[in-house]
Amino acid sequence: MPTPMPVMTTTAPAPSRPLTTVVPPARALPTEVPQTAIDVDRLSFFYGQKQALFDITAKLPAKLVTAFIGPSGCGKSTFLRTMNRMNDVVPGTRITGKLIVDGRDIYGPGVDPVALRREVGMVFQKSNPFPKSIFENIAYGVRLNRLAADRSAMNDVVEESLRSAALWDEVKDRLHDSALALSGGQQQRLCIARALAIKPKILLMDEPASALDPIATQRIEELIYELRSKFTIVIVTHNMQQAARVSDMTALFWLGKLVEFDRTEKIFTNPAAKLTEDYVTGRFG
Amino acid sequence: MNHDAIRRWKSTIVVWLCGLSVLVALVPLAFILFFVVSQGVQALNWDFFTKLPAPVGEPGGGFANAIVGTLMLVGIGAAFAVPIGVISGVYIAEFPATKLATMARFAADTLNGVPSIVVGVFVYGIAVMPFQQFSAIAGGIALGIMMIPIVTRTTEELLKLVPPALREGALALGATRGWATMTVVLPAAAPGIITGVVLALARIAGETAPLLFTAFNNRFMSVSPTQPIASLTVQVYTYAISPYEDWHRQAWAGALVLVSLVLSCSLLARFATRRLERLQTGH
Repeated sequence: MPTPMPVMTTTAPAPSRPLTTVVPPARALPTEVPQTAIDVDRLSFFYGQKQALFDITAKLPAKLVTAFIGPSGCGKSTFLRTMNRMNDVVPGTRITGKLIVDGRDIYGPGVDPVALRREVGMVFQKSNPFPKSIFENIAYGVRLNRLAADRSAMNDVVEESLRSAALWDEVKDRLHDSALALSGGQQQRLCIARALAIKPKILLMDEPASALDPIATQRIEELIYELRSKFTIVIVTHNMQQAARVSDMTALFWLGKLVEFDRTEKIFTNPAAKLTEDYVTGRFG
Repeated sequence: MNHDAIRRWKSTIVVWLCGLSVLVALVPLAFILFFVVSQGVQALNWDFFTKLPAPVGEPGGGFANAIVGTLMLVGIGAAFAVPIGVISGVYIAEFPATKLATMARFAADTLNGVPSIVVGVFVYGIAVMPFQQFSAIAGGIALGIMMIPIVTRTTEELLKLVPPALREGALALGATRGWATMTVVLPAAAPGIITGVVLALARIAGETAPLLFTAFNNRFMSVSPTQPIASLTVQVYTYAISPYEDWHRQAWAGALVLVSLVLSCSLLARFATRRLERLQTGH
């Protein structure tokens, strides 16, 4: 694994759209202390008898991009999925500790996971568009949450979401064609658009580019960069360069434990833990 | 002979054996089609579709009542077997580890293996005896009972093939579990389920035994659900065991119509499935 560099080089043929260098140099963090979007307090998670997360405590800042890195099976995806209670679907799971989103513990009594997921959107590792038209894919969540009063409001939401996901120009003439006819990268951007359409406060992304080619990956990363000021974004990635390129904060997970959580720049240039240094320099993992 | 040559020989023999088995498996179908078509077309004419059976000794007549009867019996059967089958298939797929699902899966497999004559006798007991009357409804119930396990298991298998990621996608947008199943998972499996349903229809359309004690037969045109009703299979059976040459020819024609019906069901299933899949995938 090469030393991570916050620059992306590509030798692919020039696409129709000029490629800008993916990410400008690391963005300066705001000088004031950012608000906390997700406050995690001694969170442990179990699949049956097997403990997958150990006593995680962290404050994820609002309107910034936080990246989770770590080797496969280190618990980063599990942790991400606790944030919209997606693990509830898996039988035999148990959780202890607190996970506070917007001032309330989402595992506390009286919290409806269905309502929570409207606030905390999610994009999956493998793009999962519904076998419906492009339009219907976006409209699905909008209808579900009654966010459009009539047909024209719906059209506006669909256009706005597709524009936010940088997909509008490519699909505006075939909104009623099947979403499955899109390329892999387009499908993933559609899934992002679908998640944005219900206007979540937080967007969780579980290795959103791991199944994509470099060009499509680059577009997703550009998109994350554009979305960062509007949403709190949490992204799981096993690609360290990607974490370096897109995130403001980085957390390293190791065997279900949070090893280090700090500004991305610090994690990649001057980590506190030896383990972090070994991992980001590619000495193992 | 060296080792490699022996291996190549073995491979060749296996390939030939497989090819031969396929041929042997196809022979019965080829013969059935050949005989049914060559014998059936002789008695097949417009009257066959429009006229009622002629009295013994009188030439001509047709199977109009039996064709209508078969369509009606299959319709009644499907009307209750498809919803029950699909919904119980959804239950088994959604809650696979529950006791009820395990029982239902086992029950469906058992029911699938129950001889059709036994189903006929059972329905005779519950839907004919109490009313002292053979009826189209009783026949439809018997066919429906044969259909339920096929539809249930097909639905379950096809739902299991839908990637869990699709369901999670819907849940992540704030859908409840039931809504996600109805609006995303079930539609994704729909092309396959439709194929399964149509094939099940074809299967029950060819049943004779469950109808003998339930729908019985009717020499006249009837569309009343509470009256005995004719069916292609029972009519073919009655005509085939008769001593009359003319009736034998008509039995062949009836068999041809039945086989065509089943065949067109299969073709329809393929066509509908492909059409729906194309709509979904855009290819």
